[in-house]
Amino acid sequence: MMTSMTYRDALRKALDDAMTDDSSIVVIGEEVGRYGGAYGVTKDLIKIHGADRLIDTPISEPAIVGTAVGAAMTGLRPVAELMYIDFLGMTMDQLANQAAKIRYMFGGQIGVPMVLRTQGGTGRSAGAQHSQSLEAWVMHTPGLRLAMPATVADAYHLLRQSLTKPDPVVFIEHKALYTRKEEIDLDADPLPWGKAAVRRQGDDLVIVTYSRQVFYALEAADALARKGIEATVIDLRTLNPLDFDTVREHVERVGKAMVVSEGVMTSGVAAELAARISEECFDFLEQPVLRVAGEDIPISVSQELESGSVPSARMIADVAARMMA
Amino acid sequence: MDAPVNTNLLELYRTMRRIRTFEERVGELFVRGQSAGSMLHLSIGEESSAAGVCAAMKPQDTFTTHHRGHGIFLARGADPKRMMAEIGGKETGYCRGKGGSMHIADMALGHLGANAIVGGGIPAVIGAGLSSRHLKQDSVSIAFFGDGAMQQGILYESMNMASLWNLPVLFVCINNQYGMGTRIDQATRNTAFDQRAKAFGLNGAVVDGLDVEEVQAAARWLVDEARAGKPGFLSVEVYRFFGHARMDKSPYREEAEELEGRKKDPVLFARNKLIDTGIEEERILDELDKAIAAEMDATIDFAVESKAPPLGSMFKDVYAAGEPEPESVRARIDRVLARDDA
Ligand SMILES: Cc1ncc(C[n+]2csc(CCOP(=O)(O)OP(=O)(O)O)c2C)c(N)n1
Ligand SMILES: [Mg+2]
Repeated sequence: MMTSMTYRDALRKALDDAMTDDSSIVVIGEEVGRYGGAYGVTKDLIKIHGADRLIDTPISEPAIVGTAVGAAMTGLRPVAELMYIDFLGMTMDQLANQAAKIRYMFGGQIGVPMVLRTQGGTGRSAGAQHSQSLEAWVMHTPGLRLAMPATVADAYHLLRQSLTKPDPVVFIEHKALYTRKEEIDLDADPLPWGKAAVRRQGDDLVIVTYSRQVFYALEAADALARKGIEATVIDLRTLNPLDFDTVREHVERVGKAMVVSEGVMTSGVAAELAARISEECFDFLEQPVLRVAGEDIPISVSQELESGSVPSARMIADVAARMMA
Repeated sequence: MDAPVNTNLLELYRTMRRIRTFEERVGELFVRGQSAGSMLHLSIGEESSAAGVCAAMKPQDTFTTHHRGHGIFLARGADPKRMMAEIGGKETGYCRGKGGSMHIADMALGHLGANAIVGGGIPAVIGAGLSSRHLKQDSVSIAFFGDGAMQQGILYESMNMASLWNLPVLFVCINNQYGMGTRIDQATRNTAFDQRAKAFGLNGAVVDGLDVEEVQAAARWLVDEARAGKPGFLSVEVYRFFGHARMDKSPYREEAEELEGRKKDPVLFARNKLIDTGIEEERILDELDKAIAAEMDATIDFAVESKAPPLGSMFKDVYAAGEPEPESVRARIDRVLARDDA
């Protein structure tokens, strides 16, 4: 059945449905219960599932994540919510030294099946400490899975799938997508976890991206099509596991690749993807892989500087057109 | 402790009225679509904490604030025009439009920075206290934060070190009863916050924020003690009159509670006290209020008329002036494409 839904409501429905199906799921975080989440994702879930399962916490991020680690080791399936991904700075020990390493350090005895839900990215003039794209920190830490939905359907399905995984999943939403509305068919079989989606097919250039930049890439692809350039746009959906097979298949077919990420360029997700494409698809590439990524600077509160700090549809289209020239 | 002189209360009232009016204008800037974003946290109802504590500070003293810090900075002597411009994300603002409401700072006034990380600015005062002692600055460093930060572990690491090292440091909690939608008793079992400080060996006090002179008296004692090497903690009990930020209509609390809470109005209390004790005539206060309103109206004009920062400025100040700047993504792409053309 097709329904029209926002990204926010799809996330909310995923939590709601998963909590109905699995009584071991609890949500732990600031303002997740009575308030309904700073961005409204858990709105009214407390009325359905109760305050025992939507657990409001004090402003104590390291303890929130650490609580989720311990709960996950002892029978619960916690969803810890970090209001902004920027607060990873405070919680990185619990995430990177505890959650990510427990299975390995303890010789495989136990896993940490928790989900860390958070949101990142620019778009609200929220300033340097509330606008970052820190997925590279997570991707750089073995032991953590990483999902970053762009579409409404993925908001739903990837969150549901995250809540069945045996290992810690960091689930990063984009703050500029919450109000985005799309038609989705909740009964259709979802794409499998760990599989990239080809959002648009073209023979001239491959654009590999994820999260909000998927829509910028699609917008750019439309503009390019008007100039007779046809781009393939790949939405990675999960960065760990990374579906490099899909990337390889299309890059080898097309011979030109660009990677797009809102995170800063240096040592970022785009750097990893570009390196991998260069290594593995070298013989098929007609020119160097290009990275269109966030500038290596903090995000300003000024709208002009904020939007200038990250890729836009126009920039993607410009660079792509020049690659084809 | 000196008995407050007449001009003292009048001066504190003036400071508080300026804060109240400034914050109202910040709300207006937002409504006019001229603020940089909506993450604007107004300190209406909390003016006594800013005015009372800042009145106890000396020029060489330093401080950090939380995200609700406009009032503290104004009380310290900030130029409201440059503040408003910063809140609008403009080039003429204190931080050239890069910081905004939650990241205002000004080294000239000892403002080591506002913070958007709850508790993030607290330990810097430990460092400032160390500097003060090593460099013989005779300064006290004050961390201002909300009741929400009372639940952050870093506060207790900081209290312990301040006490252990006898640093000239003061922790000031502005307890407005809420952290976003969470009432203080939903965040902690024991709300007698001074006990926590005392447990670490600090001086500790809790003061009702209704009367700014009481806040000032408590702050004077604690600041003087801190300067002499005994760090302290002060909790100022106030009520957050409005929502957490501009978009929050506080659906989680009863209107009756809000109406009751707003009766605890330090600005009105000081005004009535000035009139009732014969320090100042109502007519004169009306005129003062009017002059302040005009001053603060002008801050909006200044912010609106100021220019956005030039795009190229985004690469400035990542590192020190004269050091290599980050190279732009475009420049790097251009180089690759130019090589391709060749
Ligand atoms: C580390 C961190 N956690 C959460 C937030 C989101 N947040 C911003 S303000 C706030 C409430 C803070 O309450 P309090 O410290 O009492 O200050 P108040 O807003 O009441 O002045 C929260 C949870 C944040 N900015 N930083
Ligand atoms: Mg508070």
